[in-house]
Amino acid sequence: MPLSWAVFASFLLAAAGYVIGRSRAFATAGPDVRKLHSRPTYHGYSVALTALLPPLAVLAVASILRMAGVLSDSAGPVAGLVALAAAVAGLAWGVMRVGQQFQARNAVERMVLGLLMLCSLIAIVTTAGIVLSLVFETGRFFQLYDWKTFFFGTEWTPRFQGNSQLGIVPLLWGTLYISFIALLVSVPIGLFAAIYMSEYATRRVRSIAKPAIEVLAGIPTIVYGLFALITVGPLLRDYFAQPLGLGNSGSSVLTAGLVMGVMLIPFVSSLSDDIINAVPQSLRDGALGLGSTPSETVRQVVLPAALPGIVGAVLLAASRAIGETMIVVLGAGASAQMSLNPLEAMTTITVKIVSQLTGDSDFNSPETLVAFALGLTLFVITLGLNVVALYIVRKYREQYE
Amino acid sequence: MYDINRAENAVTQTDIKISARKVQVYYGEKHALKDVDVDIQDKTVTAFIGPSGCGKSTFLRCINRMNDTIPIARVEGQILLDGEDVYDRRVDPVQLRAKVGMVFQKPNPFPKSIYDNVAYGPRIHGLSRNRAELDAIVEKALRGAALWNEVKDRLHEPGTGLSGGQQQRLCIARAVATSPEVLLMDEPCSALDPIATAQVEELIEELRSQFSVVIVTHSMQQAARVSQKTAFFHLGSLVEYGDTDDIFTKPQDSRTEAYISGRIG
Amino acid sequence: MTDMPLSQPAAAPERRTGSLLAQDARTRRRNAAESRFRGYGVAAIAISMLALVVLLATILSGGAGAFRQTYLNIPVTLDAAVLDPKGNRDPAEMAKVLTLSYGRVLDAAVEATVARHGIQIEGLTEKDIDSLISKEASAQVRNRVLADPDLVGQTVEFDVLVGGRIDGFFKGRVTMDSAARDSNTSPQQLQLAQELADRGEMVTRFNWNFLTNADASDQRPEAAGVGVAILGSFYMMLVVLVLAVPIGVSASIYLEEFAPKNRLTDIIEVNISNLAAVPSIVFGILGLAAFINFVGLPQSAPIVGGLVLTLMTLPTIIISTRAALKAVPPSIRDAALGVGASKMQSVFHHVLPLAMPGILTGTIIGLAQALGETAPLLLIGMVAFVRNFPDGLPGGLMDPASALPVQVYNWTQRSDPAFIERASGAIIVLLIFLLCMNLLAIWLRRKFERRW
Repeated sequence: MPLSWAVFASFLLAAAGYVIGRSRAFATAGPDVRKLHSRPTYHGYSVALTALLPPLAVLAVASILRMAGVLSDSAGPVAGLVALAAAVAGLAWGVMRVGQQFQARNAVERMVLGLLMLCSLIAIVTTAGIVLSLVFETGRFFQLYDWKTFFFGTEWTPRFQGNSQLGIVPLLWGTLYISFIALLVSVPIGLFAAIYMSEYATRRVRSIAKPAIEVLAGIPTIVYGLFALITVGPLLRDYFAQPLGLGNSGSSVLTAGLVMGVMLIPFVSSLSDDIINAVPQSLRDGALGLGSTPSETVRQVVLPAALPGIVGAVLLAASRAIGETMIVVLGAGASAQMSLNPLEAMTTITVKIVSQLTGDSDFNSPETLVAFALGLTLFVITLGLNVVALYIVRKYREQYE
Repeated sequence: MYDINRAENAVTQTDIKISARKVQVYYGEKHALKDVDVDIQDKTVTAFIGPSGCGKSTFLRCINRMNDTIPIARVEGQILLDGEDVYDRRVDPVQLRAKVGMVFQKPNPFPKSIYDNVAYGPRIHGLSRNRAELDAIVEKALRGAALWNEVKDRLHEPGTGLSGGQQQRLCIARAVATSPEVLLMDEPCSALDPIATAQVEELIEELRSQFSVVIVTHSMQQAARVSQKTAFFHLGSLVEYGDTDDIFTKPQDSRTEAYISGRIG
Repeated sequence: MTDMPLSQPAAAPERRTGSLLAQDARTRRRNAAESRFRGYGVAAIAISMLALVVLLATILSGGAGAFRQTYLNIPVTLDAAVLDPKGNRDPAEMAKVLTLSYGRVLDAAVEATVARHGIQIEGLTEKDIDSLISKEASAQVRNRVLADPDLVGQTVEFDVLVGGRIDGFFKGRVTMDSAARDSNTSPQQLQLAQELADRGEMVTRFNWNFLTNADASDQRPEAAGVGVAILGSFYMMLVVLVLAVPIGVSASIYLEEFAPKNRLTDIIEVNISNLAAVPSIVFGILGLAAFINFVGLPQSAPIVGGLVLTLMTLPTIIISTRAALKAVPPSIRDAALGVGASKMQSVFHHVLPLAMPGILTGTIIGLAQALGETAPLLLIGMVAFVRNFPDGLPGGLMDPASALPVQVYNWTQRSDPAFIERASGAIIVLLIFLLCMNLLAIWLRRKFERRW
């Protein structure tokens, strides 16, 4: 960090600015501080900020230019000097502004507001960073590899010596198959757990079951992955796959799907819980008042009313399942194949992103760059699901507000 | 069409339908309703009046055991419907509520079509053998709620699309469709405008010919307009019960007098 | 109301006439359906709880072994001729002696111990005896000698690590049957180990080294520890704390208190809710492309991991901070504005302090999430084999390090099953950290909970 001394100096100047600004404010006010528009500390802050922000801006611009290759590394000291000059100029200007009529508080607040806004722009910058890095590298990949073969190719056999087959279809198949099984497990269990919790459970049961399910949500996915690898996988292999003659692999679609299903239970159940609770009590009363049993009330009134919200929750869960990495890395296997047998090892988009990008990767070969194309595909799929799901859920909430 | 056995027993207008004895309701620690004794007559509109929080709605919800849905509520005493205690352990609230229908304060149509709203009760209770019978039940209930002419051309549109007054009449039709013997109404007009209120009140008058109607209202004028019997509740107790005319013209209890003349409430 | 066909009993539904006290057939059927439905709910809850219990039980039982380690207590004669050929006890000279020589000294010591106890086992080979102790043991002895050169020439008692298979034997992972099929051990070796244990020379005891050691190579699982991983995770959490909290809180204050209702605000809001649902691996790709390939930061460095986790955690922190700010009633803001405070003053003097407990809770939950995250770290090279501890702060942020969840993944990819035990052990450490963070969050929420 050759520029760190410039940053350090700017902070020093800013601290000095605070002291100078404050004492000058006292001096101009004379014996009666009330003559000032703003309190002296604000004058201090104002000078400090005018001394600090310009050099930081200069340094930020310089670093970006350097990373983009516009400035050479040797320009570092020059940038540092420019920054220091900016700091001194800012300090001088700030000190000059101190006076009885100067609205220091408003000036400080404007600058702080600007900083707050800058922080909130990080979200946009992040999204832009994701999209740019994915699109840029994917573009390079498609220069080296035919996009039609990537999107429609049914074979995935990367080779170091080149001439790889990089078709996404088998990965997509594995991803969707595993996600389907995960949803098959998590949606009924999560939904019924939520229904039981909101419609039936006594306070005591709820006070035990709800935190327990939340614990399930707080467990990192690597733990689920290890669970799949050392417990569920061997169990399925020894008691189902081998006796039934359906496979010999501990890693399988079913292993990953079941464990991912367990992981998604709390996700589905807490979303459904919110959604079921948003159904007004008056509807339940209406149904019960006509002589429905509680289950009839749930099935015929509450669930139909909550359906859009639940569909949204399922889509969000699907997006989670498709983007989940560690469980499939440890539980699903690495062989890219398309089969209907759930006890066979298959692989997913995320597994292949990990395997293509870990270890020694050559960022000029299609075998490495394909990971970015896979990442972009994954991003687009999950983004699409999220946007639709969030839209549905929001519409649903508005309906009962 | 009414219970044939009972018809043979020559049921009169003043037959006692519901008889409550020493009913107590507790919400947790709070003693919300104390020692309520009342006999409600069949084919009569009985109004429960009183200031808010006096227990009138609580008592109403005891009659079809809607209080069961509140976990902390506890009911003691006896409420006999045709001589059978509704709080008997053997009584299934589901069966009870089929006999004792309820209309709520706010119109609460299900987010289904108008037809499905009305058909809901008959369907769950299995009152029709086929589609034609169900159609007939729905039509009759909607006519009974004076809504048929307004909705007959859009039976399959959502019930939530109706106006407030229409929604409340739809809820009445929904309650009537299961052919209950008693209809409980919990401030059914409080969310309605005056015109819709007038329509519902007119409807209540018509319903009296088939059901015993119990209505909770915060409006004394409404009680006077629609009911034959009135019960006045105050601070969890039943203060006075009698013919509506008597209650409003010569109340026995000083609290009743204070309430109807507007001094408490 | 003239259209009421009340006089047509034919179309009217049958009124149900039975007694309330007896359930009719239909009600019985409906109640049966009710119990079934309720049963499904109970089953769903039971399955979830069962899954939780099984998950935790397998990890805990599988990982508990990592915290216990078997040692062999042997007297080692530190032969001066081998270990200090020059004879001047100069550490610089002695450092030239490789671990290989120490290995020979140790082999002799083990053989001597076996002979001293007079243990005779049919078919026991010299290799069996020598491979009883860990390959790490010679390094262990060497380090001790280099630290204290005067030991050379003496006979010193050492607690040396035994090999992973022997350790596994005492933890029940390796059996006589499995040893017969294993080229790395033999039933005779296990018998020998049992004899030594019976004589009190070989003991299994609590293993602090698991928490302080660095990772070890494929051949010596018994020496592997999570020290580097814990330090790496700690560095990354520091980066997240220093960056994500101020930025997240500032962004939330802007969006909740100041942002005008316009296009830009909408775009920011949509971005945040979408970022919260972007798969974590995509953040890893971003980190690889932006921080490593574009900016040129080093691979495997905690700073890169910290930056990636910061970007991942920001949406969580922003969402919970906004909820906390929203929970402060408007009357507080009005009161401050009413005495002439500026909007900024009302926020910083009143709203923010009142929202602080909620913000802290949200931040801790976000950090906990970041601590357990694995996938993005794999892509930025944290999966590399790291044997050395990173430096102190701030330089250590640029040194290669591992992270707890990545260490777990790393160990699952090794061939020796002893590493699976280590992986489960690392998960226990991770879960303990997470538990502490969550308890802290709960405690904060309880302590500062406010009802308006």
